[in-house]
Amino acid sequence: MADRDQIVAEIPRLRRYARALTGDAARADDLVQDTIERALSRWSLWRSGTNLRAWMFAIMHNLFVNQIKSAQRIEYVGDDPLPDLASRATQSDALEVRDLAGALQRLSPEQREVLLLVGLEELSYEQAAKALGIPIGTVMSRLSRARERLRALLAGTEAAHLKVVK
Amino acid sequence: MSQPLISEADLHGWADDRLDPQRRGEIEALLAERPELAEQLAGWREQNALLHRSFDAVLDEPVPARLLDAARPQPRVWRLAAAFAWLALGGVIGFLVRGAWAPPAGSHMVSLPRQAAIAHVVYAPEVRHPVEVTADQESHLVAWLSKRLGGDVKAPHLAAAGFDLVGGRLLPGEQGPVAQFMYQDGRGQRLTLYVRSDAGENKETAFRYAQEGKVSVFYWLDGRFGYALSGEIGKEELLNVANAVYRQLNP
Repeated sequence: MADRDQIVAEIPRLRRYARALTGDAARADDLVQDTIERALSRWSLWRSGTNLRAWMFAIMHNLFVNQIKSAQRIEYVGDDPLPDLASRATQSDALEVRDLAGALQRLSPEQREVLLLVGLEELSYEQAAKALGIPIGTVMSRLSRARERLRALLAGTEAAHLKVVK
Repeated sequence: MSQPLISEADLHGWADDRLDPQRRGEIEALLAERPELAEQLAGWREQNALLHRSFDAVLDEPVPARLLDAARPQPRVWRLAAAFAWLALGGVIGFLVRGAWAPPAGSHMVSLPRQAAIAHVVYAPEVRHPVEVTADQESHLVAWLSKRLGGDVKAPHLAAAGFDLVGGRLLPGEQGPVAQFMYQDGRGQRLTLYVRSDAGENKETAFRYAQEGKVSVFYWLDGRFGYALSGEIGKEELLNVANAVYRQLNP
């Protein structure tokens, strides 16, 4: 069925995003599976011709937010804070990746989402705003805070301050 | 000197390389005068590169079967039936063999498809450790399995049928070591070829087909080897691959 093949084609991208977002391979795939199931159950709401990827990221965002909000808070930095590294990554990459994965988990979920949707998944700012259900101005300001915080974390200095440039 | 009015969107647009050439030029002129800002934005840009270096490998991982299943759900009745079949597959009794041919004589032949299907469902969904020895060490893999099985084991090349060798592993069989080769197509769909060397007196049989839960199996005996090709794909497609395997083993 053509619809389902379209969804299958999006799975690798959804998995990449979820992996970076949750920092855990199994939880990431759980999130992807929930996203797929919800997308299929709401398939009639997707308008053919609009961006399927952005629509599925929006679904994933809603599920992710619900998970965070739910009474049983999901602690993403748990017993296995490392993302599963694909075997392709070399030893020297490993340290860098571990630093990044750890730093990502120290961003707020809101900051992490916008940073990953724009920086990793390369959604346009408009698509990211739509997927997250926020105004584009909020995307920009949140992105600034996320990038500065990540920069500080990776540099080992927590005190991130954002410069206002005019 | 009057500076162009720069918005937050311009700064991100530069870091994400989404500005039109004119605007990019304006921003870069500004950055030339503001080394601190230039360093800040270069850092943002480097973050994007770092994200890709860290997570792009996920794109090349095989998609877990459960996600493919989620995207291609079966009708409810069949899902229920499949659930029962899975239970049966894991259990000691009650497994369902819907062979297209009469059940073959000989205990070796009877257990072959079922053992192969179980090995398939155990290892095919594995993301991190689908095989013990990967295809890039194919000669070592084949030599090792040949030694353990006590015969000339071959890993057929099925690229023409759309499946590449992932690698293989050694498994405990009913009467000794068994080999399993794993193959994967461009969509992450996996097949396994289960090879037993304990066929004993049996010589050669035609292809036989069995359905074990969701897993289709074509199996046959050839000399002292028993082969079973398993996959969660259609019977016709699996038969094509089984033919390719047979031709390569019997050139």
